[in-house]
Amino acid sequence: MSSTRAAPAPPSRRPAPERGRRRADDRRLTWRNRLYRFDMRYMPYLMIAPFFLLFLVFGLFPLLFNAVVSLRNYRLDDPTLPYWAGFENFSRLVADEDFWNALYNTFGIFLLSTVPQLLLALLVASLLNRRLRAQTWWRVGVLLPYVTPIVASTMVFSVFFSRDFGMANWVLGLLGIGGADDPIDWRADKMHAWIAIATMVNWKWIGYNALLYLAAMQSIPRDVYEAAAIDGAGQWKQLWRITVPMIQPVVVFTVILSTIGGLQLFTEPMLFDPNAQAATGGPNGEWQTIAQLIYKVGWKDLNLGYAAAMSWALFLIILVVAGVNYLLTNRLSGGRK
Amino acid sequence: MARAPQDTPAGLWTYLLLAVSMLFAAFPLYWMFVIATSNDEALAKLPPAIIPGDRFLTNVDEVFSLQDVYFAASLVNSVIVSTVVTASVLFFCSLAGFAFAKLRFKGSNALMLFVVLTLTVPNQLGIVALYIVMGKLGWNGTLLAVIAPGLVTAFGVFYMRQFIVNTVPDELIESARVDGATTMRVYATIVLPAIRPALAVLGLLTFVATWNDFQWPLITLSGTDFPTSMVAISDLASGNYVIYRRVLAGAFIATIPLLLMLFIGGRQIVRGIMEGAVKS
Repeated sequence: MSSTRAAPAPPSRRPAPERGRRRADDRRLTWRNRLYRFDMRYMPYLMIAPFFLLFLVFGLFPLLFNAVVSLRNYRLDDPTLPYWAGFENFSRLVADEDFWNALYNTFGIFLLSTVPQLLLALLVASLLNRRLRAQTWWRVGVLLPYVTPIVASTMVFSVFFSRDFGMANWVLGLLGIGGADDPIDWRADKMHAWIAIATMVNWKWIGYNALLYLAAMQSIPRDVYEAAAIDGAGQWKQLWRITVPMIQPVVVFTVILSTIGGLQLFTEPMLFDPNAQAATGGPNGEWQTIAQLIYKVGWKDLNLGYAAAMSWALFLIILVVAGVNYLLTNRLSGGRK
Repeated sequence: MARAPQDTPAGLWTYLLLAVSMLFAAFPLYWMFVIATSNDEALAKLPPAIIPGDRFLTNVDEVFSLQDVYFAASLVNSVIVSTVVTASVLFFCSLAGFAFAKLRFKGSNALMLFVVLTLTVPNQLGIVALYIVMGKLGWNGTLLAVIAPGLVTAFGVFYMRQFIVNTVPDELIESARVDGATTMRVYATIVLPAIRPALAVLGLLTFVATWNDFQWPLITLSGTDFPTSMVAISDLASGNYVIYRRVLAGAFIATIPLLLMLFIGGRQIVRGIMEGAVKS
């Protein structure tokens, strides 16, 4: 990876204060001096202050405050409850079937989306890595899903995966699966709903990840391939033995990105439900994800304290899973640095 | 003769496979348009309709004249939110990026490390507390609640710093200093013109992300008459009897600005994503 560090700045030769100007009187000079000193010393802090202020107020503070709220009774519809709840929210969480169901769903959809997504992205990237005509157009083309609002595409997929007149069933019928007599009900059971939602996620992110991979592939030194070809490695072998290990840091990066994104999946499961406002993710929570459950508990059941406990738990889960993924990916792809 | 993949002219198979993936990428958008131009019956037909109908304007007109969802107003809101957030991100992130890249001040390395670390914190997980904070400020239900958390991003600061380190020569800044230019003057006359490409990239990425945001606007603007367009589309799709040609006509309209951006700034977006990857 190219280094992100700036070369150490050369000792800056500060311009000497302009003394000796004939018309400059002393007071103006000190005023200028002060201005100059302020500019050099404090201006940088003023310039970076907006980020830190906003992050503190709308990023870090809510995250920490979330932990406090999770220890409280915080119901929007019942302010009479005792202030502190202690670990009640968390002990309730452990016994909450909805939570475990949502966790199970989240992981199921996460696996069904991440693995094919990254593999297909790798393939698309290796295709884009050839010398192509109209190269830019192909690259821009794979970004169509990336710029499409998830809200919009989920609506399309919702129609696509409808039971009776959905295009998915029609296509599968042509292939001899299901068919008009025995259509698949994509919202009836976990596996089918998971596949439908994972398809939406995959559609959205394959192109984006492909571009990340492509960027890394283009910085692989070319003589490595020449050496491999002389040793008789075919294209397929080259992809798995050279390209993938060489772009390993980016692979780790995408695995972690899609872990964080996948575990927070919200829009797709919300809008896949014909009764979206209930946020139940199917009549029996077939595809309710954690993010969706947090929304339901907080803003439908109006129990913000409990919702905060859930999101804090999810935060810890993401940390653990991202860590495990990091180690796994590192090891699987050879651990080369 | 052995050649690296990027030097090998692509063969027929490559084009074929790419064409298939392109079809996969474009089809849902195309089909969104098909449904948005159709009548109610077209959706209940097998084999499904795959040719656009002639009802686009009728459907659009219906969406805009609904009584309970103010679609036009929601589009205006989306434009306001995305424009303000994008402008602010460009200004504050380039300012901070410049400071981190070229100015010397105590603690700059530690502070930059902090910025990078915040990249890994998903803000969304503090969403309950954020809602409470906005409630205390009295901002829930207003666009302010949607705009404020997005005004400056860690990614933007990081991205701008990278670009400025690599593209703005120190000598140029030094010589401006010698001429007596203040920091802000250096920023305005030297840095800003030099980072135009980065501004374009970050601007496009920020606009797209802000326009498409759904969860936070849904929460903070719930119950208001004038949400953003993403929330309005989900409102169109709630209820017992969803009229998909209407929903997707609305969805298609809300997608057009982003398609235009991809069409005009596609090269920049691609480059931005690829550069972001190599340097992270």
